[in-house]
Amino acid sequence: MTAGRRVSETSGTGHSGGTARRYATGNEAAAHGAIAAGCRFYAGYPITPSSEIMEGMAELLPRVGGAFIQMEDEIASISAVIGASWAGAKAMTATSGPGFSLMMEGLGYAVFTETPCVIIDVQRAGPCTGQATRVGSGDVMQSKWGMHGDVEIVALSPWSVQEMYDLTIRAFHLAERLRLPVFLLADEAVGHLHETAEFHDRFEVAQRVRSNEGTPFGSPDPAGVPPMPCFGDGANLLVTGSTHDERGYRRVEEPEAHARLVERLRRKVLDRRDELTDVERHLLDDAEVAVVAYGFTARGALAAVRELRRAGKKVGLLRLRTLWPFPEREIAALDGKVRAVFVPEMNHGQIAGEVRKWFRGELRRYGQTNGEVIAVETMRAELERMF
Amino acid sequence: MPRSLESYLRPGLKATTFCPGCGHGILLHAVIRAVHELGIDRRDLLFVSGIGCAAWIPSPHILADTLHTLHGRAVAYATGAKLANPKLQVIVVSGDGDLVSIGGNHLIHAARRGIDLTVICANNEIYGMTGGQAGPTTPGGALSATTPAGNPHPPFDLVRLVLGAGAAYVARYPVTQPRPLTDAIKRAIRTPAFAFVEVASPCPTQFGRRNRFDDVGALYDRIRNLSVSRAEAAGRSKEELRGRIVVGEWTPDDLHLAAGGPGAGGAAC
Ligand SMILES: Cc1ncc(C[n+]2csc(CCOP(=O)(O)OP(=O)(O)O)c2C)c(N)n1
Ligand code: SF4
Ligand SMILES: [Mg+2]
Repeated sequence: MTAGRRVSETSGTGHSGGTARRYATGNEAAAHGAIAAGCRFYAGYPITPSSEIMEGMAELLPRVGGAFIQMEDEIASISAVIGASWAGAKAMTATSGPGFSLMMEGLGYAVFTETPCVIIDVQRAGPCTGQATRVGSGDVMQSKWGMHGDVEIVALSPWSVQEMYDLTIRAFHLAERLRLPVFLLADEAVGHLHETAEFHDRFEVAQRVRSNEGTPFGSPDPAGVPPMPCFGDGANLLVTGSTHDERGYRRVEEPEAHARLVERLRRKVLDRRDELTDVERHLLDDAEVAVVAYGFTARGALAAVRELRRAGKKVGLLRLRTLWPFPEREIAALDGKVRAVFVPEMNHGQIAGEVRKWFRGELRRYGQTNGEVIAVETMRAELERMF
Repeated sequence: MPRSLESYLRPGLKATTFCPGCGHGILLHAVIRAVHELGIDRRDLLFVSGIGCAAWIPSPHILADTLHTLHGRAVAYATGAKLANPKLQVIVVSGDGDLVSIGGNHLIHAARRGIDLTVICANNEIYGMTGGQAGPTTPGGALSATTPAGNPHPPFDLVRLVLGAGAAYVARYPVTQPRPLTDAIKRAIRTPAFAFVEVASPCPTQFGRRNRFDDVGALYDRIRNLSVSRAEAAGRSKEELRGRIVVGEWTPDDLHLAAGGPGAGGAAC
């Protein structure tokens, strides 16, 4: 582990030295977070509402000696990110729904070859081109199930400009530590939100174990993270997206080789569920009804909860900051503790369906896909019907 | 393969996975010989390939860093690796279907950007690995699994395509001319910008069999007979060059000249 690296003092970003308070958008904060975390490579393709992250990286990366490239499409972008990661750089891209869909094959490659990288998806109103400038959170399931085959990934969900900064850094930490693509599932509302945030250096980012000792694609530990030598380190690396053994040799016809690899890649994430799970509890101690929410929606949900508290209703909020792996224990812990759960989201039940698996009591869901954030009054009205 | 080059092969591999008579094995030899003769530090070598028989030329055979990527994406992966570590000598070796069909967009944009990559395209005029379907390099009229009545479409002329997109150096040789081929690969690697080598590499199993070259020798004779040098081609008409493989080297200064790939016919740029 190394302490957080500071953005160069000559960067003119207002980030001189340890901490800077900035009035910024979520997308700007994500770019600053990436640089602070040590990101030194960005490849991307413009798409609303994520483009400001790309533009921020185009400005910031040259100042810290990093490389920026605008690729011909999102498939090329994720490909270049993976290539750069193997060449030793902390690497990232950002996109939105349509581009995220195009990246799916490459993301599966990153999972299977254990390539650390960060993907920020600033979700917009889908399906298809939908409403490009409007908000949605319809990519929650795509991030988990959009790749072919069974994969486990990590997806984080920010609700503020501050968290666009903090969770981008955490995404790099987890990506490098677990050799995984890590997703920041932001949404248009958080990406374009203006707030004051602290661009600080109070964080740690894991460094990949860049060692030629051991095997780069296998571990004696069934949930282990192998060391990752990079191109140019003299490891004569054999990187392939075909099923491979611990040294990288293709093993495309051996059932055990495939089963073993798929299983370790799953356990690498699932066995660390406790470390990865990140939830925030608000007013839950005596609650009869719990709201489970994430992303921008959780801000309105908290406001609705507070209003109802003032009216004497025992309601609280469980905010999910990690969406994948799904915080199933935290949801199961609500079972028997609260009478009912309310899940508002800007899709039609993508997280509510997961909640249902772990919570047996009354479940009310509210799905809104009109390109607008869910109003506080709407959530309050829905909650009132539960008392 | 001579002993001096064996150190470039990954230990433990007994034979290549290529069919008997496949041109890709000859290309593997030429690539290894080129990097050996250039004396490039092994640590600095990175081979990138896509998916297909040709993508197996470097991976796993060559003992250096190898990145076996997704179908069509090799050039984009290579772009990222080169930018992140400019010290790397990045060489893409992949198939015609891989680089030109599904990966065609990456190829032309990499040529346009001019980033220092060497791209070697093993052109067997067919999708070998998936069972002999037609691709964008299959000659007009050729039989394939998806053109049972003959290919209705003309193929790309890769030299013109990549040169037109902005490559600094482009060459085309068949595996039947291993020495000029090796020298062209060396020049491509030494070019400090985007360089491209198209290699006519016969596929007896899928192209040969379907197009009635039952004997591997006859398929190699086809390549040999179709090949004409740039100098020879200069005096011939477009009609005479139709279907011929014009071999040689080109730079942006030649953009006005005739080229002509397998089946393409030489037209003025
Ligand atoms: C996205 C995707 N589409 C299709 C395939 C199937 N596929 C594998 S190899 C190949 C063709 C390879 O042809 P070429 O690049 O010419 O190489 P060759 O086998 O002829 O040497 C195809 C279509 C794939 N692996 N991935
Ligand atoms: S199918 Fe064709 S290209 Fe593939 S190994 Fe056999 S001969 Fe070579
Ligand atoms: Mg082919």
